[in-house]
Amino acid sequence: MTGEHQPASERLSRALSGAMERMGPALERVRLAAPSAVRRFGPPAAVAGAVAATGAGVYAAARACGRRPEAAPDEGLDLHAAVTVRRPRDQVYRFWHRFERLPTFMTHVESVTTGDGVTHWTARGPAGRAVEWDAEIVEDLRDEVISWRSTGTALVPNSGTVRFCEAPGGRGTEVRVHLRYDPPGGRAGLAVARLLGEHPEQQVRDDLRRFKQVMEIGEVVRSEGTRAPRLLRRRPARPVR
Amino acid sequence: MKANCWMGRGNVEVREVPDPRILNGHDAVVRVTSTAICGSDLHLYDGFIPTMKKGDILGHEFMGEVVEVGPSVRNLHVGDRVVVPFPIACGRCAACGLGLYSVCENSNPNAGLAEKFLGHSPAGAFGHSHMLGGYPGGQAEYARVPFADVGPIKIEDGLADEQVLFLSDILPAGWMGAEMCDIKPGDVIAVWGAGPVGQFAVAGAYLMGAEQVVCIDRFAYRLRIAERAGATTLDYEEVDVRDALLDLTAGRGPDACIDAVGMEAHYANPALYAYDRTKQATRLETDRPYALREAVMTCRNGGIVAVIGLYAGFLDKFPMGAVMNRSLTLKAGQCHVQRYLKPLLTRIREGDIDPSFVITHRLPLDEAPRGYQLFRDKQDECNKVVLTP
Repeated sequence: MTGEHQPASERLSRALSGAMERMGPALERVRLAAPSAVRRFGPPAAVAGAVAATGAGVYAAARACGRRPEAAPDEGLDLHAAVTVRRPRDQVYRFWHRFERLPTFMTHVESVTTGDGVTHWTARGPAGRAVEWDAEIVEDLRDEVISWRSTGTALVPNSGTVRFCEAPGGRGTEVRVHLRYDPPGGRAGLAVARLLGEHPEQQVRDDLRRFKQVMEIGEVVRSEGTRAPRLLRRRPARPVR
Repeated sequence: MKANCWMGRGNVEVREVPDPRILNGHDAVVRVTSTAICGSDLHLYDGFIPTMKKGDILGHEFMGEVVEVGPSVRNLHVGDRVVVPFPIACGRCAACGLGLYSVCENSNPNAGLAEKFLGHSPAGAFGHSHMLGGYPGGQAEYARVPFADVGPIKIEDGLADEQVLFLSDILPAGWMGAEMCDIKPGDVIAVWGAGPVGQFAVAGAYLMGAEQVVCIDRFAYRLRIAERAGATTLDYEEVDVRDALLDLTAGRGPDACIDAVGMEAHYANPALYAYDRTKQATRLETDRPYALREAVMTCRNGGIVAVIGLYAGFLDKFPMGAVMNRSLTLKAGQCHVQRYLKPLLTRIREGDIDPSFVITHRLPLDEAPRGYQLFRDKQDECNKVVLTP
């Protein structure tokens, strides 16, 4: 069970490098938009949910497909993850609204910016090429739920929900994420899938775990070998060089 | 700096590596003044723990002087002398809130990896595989200490390194084993394994009021050290352990049993030893549980079996029928060192216990490879090795 352990980072890195070379312009812009949501709930809330969702999501979605690229594209992909955070619900909910800071715990997300009710965000693979898209929201109930869905011509149509509820016995806040992805068929979809690699649900869980660290401790916990907070892949137990 | 690195099964090397530095706000960097080789380092050395990588710095028992603190550390200052507990714990999660520091929810950055092996992730630990966080260990000149505001205990009086070093792991580990036995007047406690943790479990059980503590091993020199802690001793190659314990307790069996052996147990029955050794070598089981089986089968009805020896994965032929039908209670855990630091430092200061009695070898850090070999092969009556950088 041991000697052959290969860091996920190495596998991911190789997959990403290869995929990036092949994909080219197909990945340059992914748009997820639901303009009606902005009219209903206003820009800040709208973007938060969408970002949260997609942050843990588009990458994850495509990564899932990478696990079995031969799978029929119309199967779609459902992801669930949950974490209990030892903080009051209103604080936890509010943090998700500070979408510019979501990259602190979503390792694959480079940046998130907002403007005109649309969240624009950028992820970056090891080959250095950016993947960008816009996102908006469809539901926002304070301290309870943020929901989104993509419309129009999104390369990876998706929808999702983040729910916040009181954990029993004063244990803090239960955060549950549900994501749904419908990756496209064809070469582009396959390329996105390969870009995003394996174990998408693990990626969402790890993001939530880092979210918990940020909420409870104030920062993401690092061990040696992680030079930038965004490069939190598998860490060698060697001192930083 | 120099550090003792894992270079593959049965191979450690003292190498020149880059100095550690502050990575998180709650970090400190400690100049190591004393460090020790632990029995659990031998499981790494022998290649039984998954997710080790060539070059990993070993060691989770260490103490030293604070040379740098992160911006969020207010309780420690440069120059403070500290002992560092081996589990890395944030002090802010639900587990830490319950005093369960060795299962801290936030300190393992590779928690996803640990979940695959263990179901949920325990805390991160120094020098203890990537599954437990990939944190460099303390068998080095310097070490980064995460959550330095939570873990390390300051040593402010004139106690020598050797008197307090073992607060980092083995003294509280043995102590917690005895504590799990819920000792009542008249209790007879049996301890499998006369290594340093077992020796401390013996000492702890007496301090908690045990009537008699029996220690089981096959190395006469280790049993002699356990005797110095007050134990009645049994050599399992000389006597049938169960018969001897039933005789000692007039048929009742020990009130509680402590497994201070773990996954690499030896056994007096060659056929059974070969069975488990083969399954372990072929990875059909990861752990060889003789001591645990014998503890379960010997413990009195309604008694407690406390597991403080290290297990990593899966084992075969566990006598669950005995546990269930005889109302046994099975307790286990990596030591929640942080919760024992203050009370045990007080015990040391007041002279209730001087943990340095377990030390047999003092070597410079450069000789760590020899220390590992002596300790693993039980050469030169090696019981505990302290390394000085």
